[in-house]
Formats: sequence, structure tokens, C-alpha cells
Amino acid sequence: MADAPSPTEAVAPDAPEVVTDDRREALRAIFAEHLGDAVLDTSIKPGQGLWIRVATAAWAEAGAVARDKAGCKYFDFLSAIDWLPSPYGRYEDSSVDVPFPPPMPDRASAVPGYAGGESRLQVLASVAKPGTDLRVFLKADVPDDDARVGTWARTYSGAAWHERETHEMFGISFDGNADLRNLYLPTEFEGHPLRKEFPLLARVVKPWPGIVDVEPMPGGDDDEEPAVDGEEGDA
Amino acid sequence: MTLTDAQQLGYINAQAADGRVNVELETDDGMVLNMGPQHPATHGTLRIVARLDGEQVTSADVMCGYMHRGYEKLCEVRSYPQVTTLVNRIDWLGSFANEVPFILAAEQLMEVEAPPRAQWIRTLLFELSRIANVSLFIGDLALQLGAQTPAFYAFRDREFVLNQIESVTGGRFHPNFDRIGGLKDDLPKGWIAETKAAMVRLRGFCDEMEGLVYGNEIFQTRTRGIGIIPAHVAQSYGLSGANLRGSGVDWDLRRDANVGLAYDQLDWKVWTHPDGDSYARCWVRLQEVREATKMVDQLCDGMPAGPIMAKVPRIIKVPSGEAYIATENPLGQMGYYVVSKGDTGPFRVKIRSASFNNISVAPWLLRGVYVPDIITILASLYFILGDIDR
Repeated sequence: MADAPSPTEAVAPDAPEVVTDDRREALRAIFAEHLGDAVLDTSIKPGQGLWIRVATAAWAEAGAVARDKAGCKYFDFLSAIDWLPSPYGRYEDSSVDVPFPPPMPDRASAVPGYAGGESRLQVLASVAKPGTDLRVFLKADVPDDDARVGTWARTYSGAAWHERETHEMFGISFDGNADLRNLYLPTEFEGHPLRKEFPLLARVVKPWPGIVDVEPMPGGDDDEEPAVDGEEGDA
Repeated sequence: MTLTDAQQLGYINAQAADGRVNVELETDDGMVLNMGPQHPATHGTLRIVARLDGEQVTSADVMCGYMHRGYEKLCEVRSYPQVTTLVNRIDWLGSFANEVPFILAAEQLMEVEAPPRAQWIRTLLFELSRIANVSLFIGDLALQLGAQTPAFYAFRDREFVLNQIESVTGGRFHPNFDRIGGLKDDLPKGWIAETKAAMVRLRGFCDEMEGLVYGNEIFQTRTRGIGIIPAHVAQSYGLSGANLRGSGVDWDLRRDANVGLAYDQLDWKVWTHPDGDSYARCWVRLQEVREATKMVDQLCDGMPAGPIMAKVPRIIKVPSGEAYIATENPLGQMGYYVVSKGDTGPFRVKIRSASFNNISVAPWLLRGVYVPDIITILASLYFILGDIDR
């Protein structure tokens, strides 16, 4: 190995149970220092990632802190997550069996992931420190009744397009981003396709044959073939 | 067939809309030049609307979405092994490389690691994808500037790489070969020797192109000093791959954030160029093809023996959690943010594709350039439409 990476990533695979990640801890401390109470929750998976959830009002400021204080000058992506379970499931059921549109899942069933959260929709952004493997995943709750957060376009120029995409796909507005025209969808498109209540119409009108047409394996039970023979995963 | 009034009106409107798209408009503040959605210089259905003052662009707008297929939504109704089929079609010139970060993200959530031989073959196919992808770029680049021959050379020599990919995976363009925990199959017999012969051929192609295209005076005058992206702009827009390294930012995920591939066991170099112009971006790509052929040689020589699949359950359920893995794909950084709820399919997948960020700099970059430079700049940014629209 000619050009060794800087002695990063000290997570030895056979280290004892307590694995710490000093570099990500240090990064987290920077956010805690500059954002104070606006940092609502954090989560570190050693060697894998750092998640920070900030208050909705501090979203734009969190971007500025990431760039100017934490050294994460590289804008990776910005998107959102809808934590509500899909009312359609994964379209396993034939379309004749379920009413359309199905009843919406209970709002309480929207369980957020790392770094917690209270709202159904969350914005998610990733920024990175160039030259290293350090990234920060920033999240912020988006209020259910008023889906808007501040814009990052003034901090990271590249965020402008990502916000356009998030706006059309999730219906989240970004205060301060004047150009939220649709990027992918036609101008007259109604609805926000990546929200869970938006149906995947192709699956509604015609059920997925991959699920109904599965033939049993010759010979019956699963235990006969070891998993290594390379044919799994296609069923 | 008789049309109703509403149908007729709709037809007329559609014709009129077509007309508006394709016509150059003369307005008070200059001319509006539409390039695309189908224009030879945009290789794909990308539409550029440029406002001109004489020969100079005053503002340019990029319109994409003509090929949007909604993969993020489709991933939510697929099982994990099925997703590789979808993501093959994002960057269709380097398909295998699209599968790898998704599989690695799923493996990270499942806490499975592929055996060494699988990691090496993955790296090998990853670099072959890069060679196939970027060698075609070099030919296409020359084509954009009016030189036809390099394009034929590129198609000719790329075929040697595609043959090698095909004889392992069975697919020239959409291998669908990566599995959670390893690979579908092992390498066929005699493959290593053939691959090394193909790499000799590709190195010859690089030398040929360096003289024919990069050394060409016309090529140099049309790319040097044109379309300069400073390093801080590149980072702020999230450019990646040669577009970032061509601006002097020394960052390559293969070296700096290698997860589950064999790059840390190879002897290779990350190329950068300080200029940030169109020439720098193209030059870095040429060096990366050369570097990749050397990596493939090393991978062929050092290939460890052993199994190609780890133990994974027959029905794959991925534990709850979130994982993001990005790799240095032919076009730049490609990452998948996978959210799992413990199901057989992902709950949400955010696809961070390289070209989307790479082309988002175009409105900034095209301001003030001359019309012919639009084409060289777009060619040097190098995007694949499937990678923008996903």
C-alpha cells in the first residue's frame, strides 16, 4: 500500500466491547458547542456515522456550523424521510383484496430512526470533510402542519437543487430558496410521490407477479440447499 | 377516428408546446437558445435553456427529469436482492459499480462481511466498470469536439473490457452480479490471463488517446482555461470524481473511506490537477483509466482463494437501522442511504448519484461562456442521464 491513509479509523475488529470513536465524538462536540440547546439528540455508530438532530428553527444555522466550524465543506446530499409506514404495505396483497385508498396508518406508528424525532417528516442532509471518511448526517423535524424549514442554499450552493427535489417529492418548503420549481416532475403534477401515502399506481392497477407467482422449489424445504450456492435472492 | 374538441385542443397545445421548446426565441434582452431535450451535444435528454447576449451566455438553466424513473420509490416495494436490478440502470456505462455501495450498505446493517475473495472480485469488476465507462468518455469527448475517429477507437477497445465483464457476470451492461454476503459466481477458467491481455490493450488505448486527443492543439485551445471551477465551489456544489480532483481537491473515497473493498491492499495513486478547467477534468479521467488498469493487474495477481459467499440466511431480512455507504464510482461519489425497519425490503433509500451534483454546477459555470464552450464544458463535466434523473 503506497499512500497510506492517515491513521484514521482505529476501530479494530476484535477490540473489546466498548468501541469509541474519538473523531466523531470531537465532531459532535463542535456542534454542541456552537448550537447549544438546538442540538436535540445525537447518535454515533463507531466507525460508521454520526447523526445529529437539530431543532427545526436551527436547521439553516446547523448548515453554517457544519461548514464553517466543523470543517465539513463538502456538501453531499439533502433529502427527507417520511417515517409513516406505507398504507399499501409493500403491495404484497392483490389489489382486489384491499380497499383503495386504504386507511391511513396511525400517526403514532411513525417511528423515527437514529437521533430520534417527533414529527412524521424529517429533513436529512449529509456533509463531509474532504480528504477524510468523516461525514455528519444532520436531521431536523419538519412540523406536520407546516412543512417548512430554512434553506441551506446560502451555505452550500449545491443544496439548491436538492431542495427543489425534496420540495416536489415530499412537499417540504425551504424558506429563503426562491427557486423551488419542479425539477423532475411536470409543472402541473399533483401530490408528492415519495410521501408514503402516494400510491405506486403501477402496483395498484396490476399486482406484482413476483410475489404471487413464486413456485415452490423442487424438493421442498429450504434446509436442503446451503445458502452459498448462489441462487438465493432471485426468488 | 374523430376527435372531440377537447382532444383536438390538447393536440394543438401539445404541438405548440413542442414549438416553444424547439424554437430559438428572439426577445428584448437577447436570444433564448434551447439545446435539447434531444440534441446531439447533450448525450441524453438533458435540456439546456441558455439566454444569450450575442455569442455569450448570460444565464443558463438546466432542465432534467425527462428520464426520471422514480427508483427511490420503487426500491421501497422491492426486496433487498431485487434492488440491484434497479440500480444497475442508474449509471448504465458502469453498471456493476452501482450495485456495490447498496450491497455494502445492506451488509453493514446486517453486520455481514463478504469473504476476501469476493471483496477482491468486487474490486476487480468495479475497476473494470470504471475502465469501460471512462474509456467511452474519452472517445465521446473527442466526438463532441468534432473528431470522429477516437469514438470508434473507444467503442472498439471498450469491447475488450465488456467481454471480460460479460464472461464473469453474463451481462454486458447490467450484470446484477453482486449479492449480500458475496457474489453470484466465481471467475471462469482462463479469465485472469484474458483480462491481463485486455489491460495491455487498454493501456495502449490510453497512450493512443493521449497523443490523438489530449495532445491535439484544437482540443487544448478549446479546453484549457475554459470552464474553471475553483476548489471551494466544487466542494460547495458537492462535485465528485474527476470534477473534484480536477479542481485540486485530493479526495478519493477509494483511498480515504474504503469500506469492504480491496483498495487498501493495492499500490496505486490518486491523481489530481490544480487547474480546475475542462482540460484538467478530462486529464484526470485519463490517468484514472491508466491507474485502474494497473489495479486490475494487481488484483488478478494477488487474488486470494476461498469462498465467494458468506453465510447469509436464505430469506434476507435486514435489521432496523440506517446506513450510508458511498464509493468512488466512475462518475464520482455514489452513495445509498438505506433505512431499514427489519423487513425484507428497505423502508427508504436515498440514492446520492454523482451526476446530479456534478451537473448542478452547470448554471453557475455556464454564465459568461461562449456558445461553443457550452458543449465542451458539458462534455468535460461528464454526466450520464440515468445518473442525474435516477
